[in-house]
Amino acid sequence: MSPKPALVRIRGVSRRFRDTVALDGVDLDIAAGEFFALLGPSGCGKTTLLRVLAGLEHPDSGTVTLDGRDLLSVPAHRRPVNLMFQSYALFPHMSVERNIAYGLARERLPRAEIRERVAAVLATVGLGTEARRMPHQLSGGQRQRVALARAIVKRPRLLLLDEPLSALDKNVRAEMQLELKRLQHEAGITFLVVTHDQEEAMSLADRIAVLDRGRVLQVDTPVGLYRRPRGRFVAGFVGSNNLFRGRLRASGGLEVPGVGVLPAPVGAEAGATAGAAIVAVRPEGVRLAAADAHGTVGAEAVLSGTVLDVSFHGGSSRIAVTVAGLETPVLVTTSGPATVTAGARVTLSWDADSAVLIETEETTRKVGGETPCDP
Amino acid sequence: MSGGRLKAGPAVRARARLALIGPGFSYLVVLLVLPLALVIGYSVFQRGRFGGIAYEDGVTGDNFARLADPLYAGVLTDSLRIAGLTTVLALALGYPTAYAITRLPARWRTVALVLVVLPFWTNFLIRTYAWIVLLSSEGVVNSALTGIGVIDRPLELLYTDTAVVVGLLYAYLPLMVLPLYSAIERVDPRLLEASADLGARPVRTFLSVTLPLTLPGVLTGCVFVFVPSLGNFVVPELLGGGRTVMVGNLIRDQFLSARDWPFGSVLALALMAFLVLLLMAQAWAGQRLGGRR
Repeated sequence: MSPKPALVRIRGVSRRFRDTVALDGVDLDIAAGEFFALLGPSGCGKTTLLRVLAGLEHPDSGTVTLDGRDLLSVPAHRRPVNLMFQSYALFPHMSVERNIAYGLARERLPRAEIRERVAAVLATVGLGTEARRMPHQLSGGQRQRVALARAIVKRPRLLLLDEPLSALDKNVRAEMQLELKRLQHEAGITFLVVTHDQEEAMSLADRIAVLDRGRVLQVDTPVGLYRRPRGRFVAGFVGSNNLFRGRLRASGGLEVPGVGVLPAPVGAEAGATAGAAIVAVRPEGVRLAAADAHGTVGAEAVLSGTVLDVSFHGGSSRIAVTVAGLETPVLVTTSGPATVTAGARVTLSWDADSAVLIETEETTRKVGGETPCDP
Repeated sequence: MSGGRLKAGPAVRARARLALIGPGFSYLVVLLVLPLALVIGYSVFQRGRFGGIAYEDGVTGDNFARLADPLYAGVLTDSLRIAGLTTVLALALGYPTAYAITRLPARWRTVALVLVVLPFWTNFLIRTYAWIVLLSSEGVVNSALTGIGVIDRPLELLYTDTAVVVGLLYAYLPLMVLPLYSAIERVDPRLLEASADLGARPVRTFLSVTLPLTLPGVLTGCVFVFVPSLGNFVVPELLGGGRTVMVGNLIRDQFLSARDWPFGSVLALALMAFLVLLLMAQAWAGQRLGGRR
């Protein structure tokens, strides 16, 4: 997938805590200089994987190499890997300066160099004037930057970030996302960020691995993940999606019982034959039109329903439409303010190209779903 | 006005406060403040010929001047040495114990803490007598050692300063372990992980993170052990024989044997003043150490 050789190679890593499986045969390659994200709901094992890489946790089985050398046999304090903790874990009894210098002092660097590097990293994160302050005197955003500075000042081969922005306000968050990206670019360090926030993962990462219940479901670029989700879980987790369950017809289209035939990619094209399948359509792929006065459905329309709810998000509006025969309302995104209001009769349509076949009878057995299977 | 019904008025609140504070406060006044006032009062008078206080002889500062007598100064330094040694040993033994307890699984932690305070369920005097049985020349320790042939003649264990330190250590070790336990338990384990992640070996992590963060607990534990050790008179009496005299014994002797209440009062006040200074220093240092966050 990635053009560069892998910096970190994770093979078959499993970790089980009493009765829960945190990691279940995880395979991942992370390239040097990459901004990689582990995305998944809480409890999917992403933090455990991060801790395995940092050396704070040991897997029951599997191997991890860094630059081709075994990493698991190296104790945490000797790994060229640094972790930025979700809680930041700043030493409360040390000033900002001493917190940052701590890791450098452990390398027994000369004092002058430590001072220089601490000053440089403080300038980078924009905390030059806060060097003497104690952690409790800082705001959340400042603490986050100290934690980041403390981790990058060591110039690790791999920087691990555990939900780095989760404790911040929305405004500070957007700002810090940009800053993280800039830093990653400047420092040239490989970043591995863990997040449950798909928007964060999408905006930050070069590549994303989606995890669920300790398993890697898909590894792809943000665009790839969005356009070609593999499996129901990814389709539902990354962005909003309308999922339709039915039977794929050889002649094209998805036959949904009680609803009709919906536009869908031709079975053969998607590598699947006719049979039970799930098709996903992004809200922005759905066209919405007001039904005419008689309530007749236009030639193009494939579904008709009633507007349940309209919400305006500034640049776009999100409209939920109830359709008879479907359990969940169909979501539609239109640009600008919506032209319809709740209760209006509308028709919906989309192109077969906008629909993605995410699961067929065969793939259900292979990928995701409730049935566990061997990797 | 309607707020008055929801929120108690000032008069009602004042009465409620009095009812809450009252019982404990009166108890303190009767049993602490009054005796203390008496002791302060006694200290400036002279002792009567047959004990008691000779009020008719008037007020004097002589009792305080006697504190400078090298005899008493020696008792004080001996007491400080013994209490200090007890405290240092309690810290050296208590810290690893407390640390180990915090690393136990949650339910064993409770069991361990109960075991730590278990000796308190027995009378202090009886527990101290038990040490006589252990340490005397025909005692358990000596007969065991001679039995296995390590020594020919029984060691002189009882009635030494060492025996006093052992007794005090035994009596007050739990008071060291408990505050240390709560201090160590409060240290966020992620700080230790962060330290390791930044390249610190376990020993360095302990010295740079765990120890500084638990200093308030260390201080509390030391004061909890040092203060009662310094004033203790039962242990030196029973385990030190007549040979070890600590401030506590001296004070008791002044009141009960020498019948010199005024001088006993002066000694008691001196001890108290010293301990108040110590507690103030501890409070100040504790605030400096623990005031963050």
